[in-house]
Amino acid sequence: MAGDLLPEGSAGLAVEVRDLVKRYPKSPVNAVDGVSFGVAAGEVFGLLGPNGAGKTTTVGMLTTRVRPTAGTASIGGVDVVRDPVQARRQLAVVPQRSNLDRSISIRDNLVFHAAYHGVPAREREQRADELLEQFGLLDRARDKPDFFSGGQSQRVMIARALTHAPRVLFLDEPTTGLDPAARLFVWDRLRELRESEVTIILTTHDMDEAALLADRVGIMDHGKLLALDTPQALMRSLEGEGTLELAADRPADGAVVDALAALGGVDRVERIQAAAENGAPPPLPESQPLRVRLYLTGDAALLVAPAAAVLAEHGLALQDVKLGTPTLEDVFIHLTGRTLR
Amino acid sequence: MLRRDLYVTWRELPAFLAQVILQPLFMLFVFGKVLGSLGLTKHHYAELLFPGLVALTAVLTAMQTLAFPLVAEFGWTKEIEDRLLAPMPISFVAAEKVLFALLRALVATLIMLPVGIVVLGSIPWRWSGVPLFVAGLVLGALVGAGFGLLMGTLVQPQRINLLFSLVFTPLLFTGCSQYPWPSLARLRWFQVVTAANPMTYVSESLRGALVPTVPHIRPWICLLVLVFAVCVLMAVGVRGFYRRAID
Repeated sequence: MAGDLLPEGSAGLAVEVRDLVKRYPKSPVNAVDGVSFGVAAGEVFGLLGPNGAGKTTTVGMLTTRVRPTAGTASIGGVDVVRDPVQARRQLAVVPQRSNLDRSISIRDNLVFHAAYHGVPAREREQRADELLEQFGLLDRARDKPDFFSGGQSQRVMIARALTHAPRVLFLDEPTTGLDPAARLFVWDRLRELRESEVTIILTTHDMDEAALLADRVGIMDHGKLLALDTPQALMRSLEGEGTLELAADRPADGAVVDALAALGGVDRVERIQAAAENGAPPPLPESQPLRVRLYLTGDAALLVAPAAAVLAEHGLALQDVKLGTPTLEDVFIHLTGRTLR
Repeated sequence: MLRRDLYVTWRELPAFLAQVILQPLFMLFVFGKVLGSLGLTKHHYAELLFPGLVALTAVLTAMQTLAFPLVAEFGWTKEIEDRLLAPMPISFVAAEKVLFALLRALVATLIMLPVGIVVLGSIPWRWSGVPLFVAGLVLGALVGAGFGLLMGTLVQPQRINLLFSLVFTPLLFTGCSQYPWPSLARLRWFQVVTAANPMTYVSESLRGALVPTVPHIRPWICLLVLVFAVCVLMAVGVRGFYRRAID
């Protein structure tokens, strides 16, 4: 089984996870429910899923901060439960929220981090300055983290994580809450890191981020890994060449959906359901204005007119049309029947 | 890690000094000097108060050094995460916190000596009592650190105000720093209450070291109780620390 979960031709595994389970005390369900995967050295691996899918808990177990209920995980061949100290030597974590030391300058943040990891004194200073320069922070080296924006803090934390030259770098939602410019800057730095030897595991609920940065993507929901492959292969797994998304003005029953599915060139039709709002049960699809996605075997543009005609026959007016090739979001919808957000 | 903490303390030295000196300074001044000058206390009250206030400073400084930053670091700044991810056992991170609290408490009590001379004119001092004085001080600081570790890992950040009123104040006033324990025989129930506060044994051992003529609990009993208290507090505190550090 694990063989399928590895990238082709991978020599050494930087991270290996087998049947990992985490159930928090007083919780009726497993936060992570039997997850297995392997990540090759130098690979960028993305865990994609909505909030609460179990991504952060999975990363927490890999980084020795969460104790697994069952299963095993290793970093660079070191078991994270049996030898957390050795495991921590190999990894670095960039958390979602800033945890920089606010009492000292950002340069000292880097230098002390290196010291905690046993980097020799002379090397620390040099490494800190190099990384600050690489991340465009040299002119602010003496400032304390309090005065930093979210994007800048993120850059400092990535730089800090790299000071002890980890083999595996974990990034938890690296660009959530950043403005577009800051996000692009972080993406650029991460793409540079792909050239280096460091293995990267990032969690995200942003499909663009996953498609852009990751060599392979694991899609998680309700603590389970639903699919795992390259972004291209995942998108190709949706049969057909294109999609056509239609929105009508009113709710409609299944007859319309069946009629659309019967059109030539339509492979499948899926109703799109709005995501649940903060814990409330998701609204029933029949009670909302009709939204469907058609998965096609042919050209999407040719189907717009016939589809509009079908809607009209059922007394519906077409409100919005989107043509597209499948995205990771479509893969997620296909796997779970829900949107990511 | 210790170097980082010392580095930060050094750069915030005035704040540190103000924090550790002010309270005992005022206590010494009001109870030792003002009340004595007004004739409200007997002349030798300052003599038995001074060792008690040294004990108070040792315990409280160690406790504050640990408890407040720990509540904040686990609760909202998350600064401790970077240390918990360093390649060393989690218990080392807790041990460093305790060591740092001990150092700060010892510095604070050493400062008390010249401050006492300035405020009171003279302080009780016996060179033959120094070994007991140092032992009581170190154990007292460790007791404070143990309390700090316990509170720092148990208290939710929203409850930090309660910590002050429900824990600090009772500890402060039932620790026999302002009165010798044997003299409480006339107030039996309070004597029992104070016997449950480990700080009592810190105060009493320092009194035994500096003013042995004042009736006090025997030093070996004090030290024994303190060693026991340190062991229990550390064991429970470190367990609490682990619970907060690892889910």
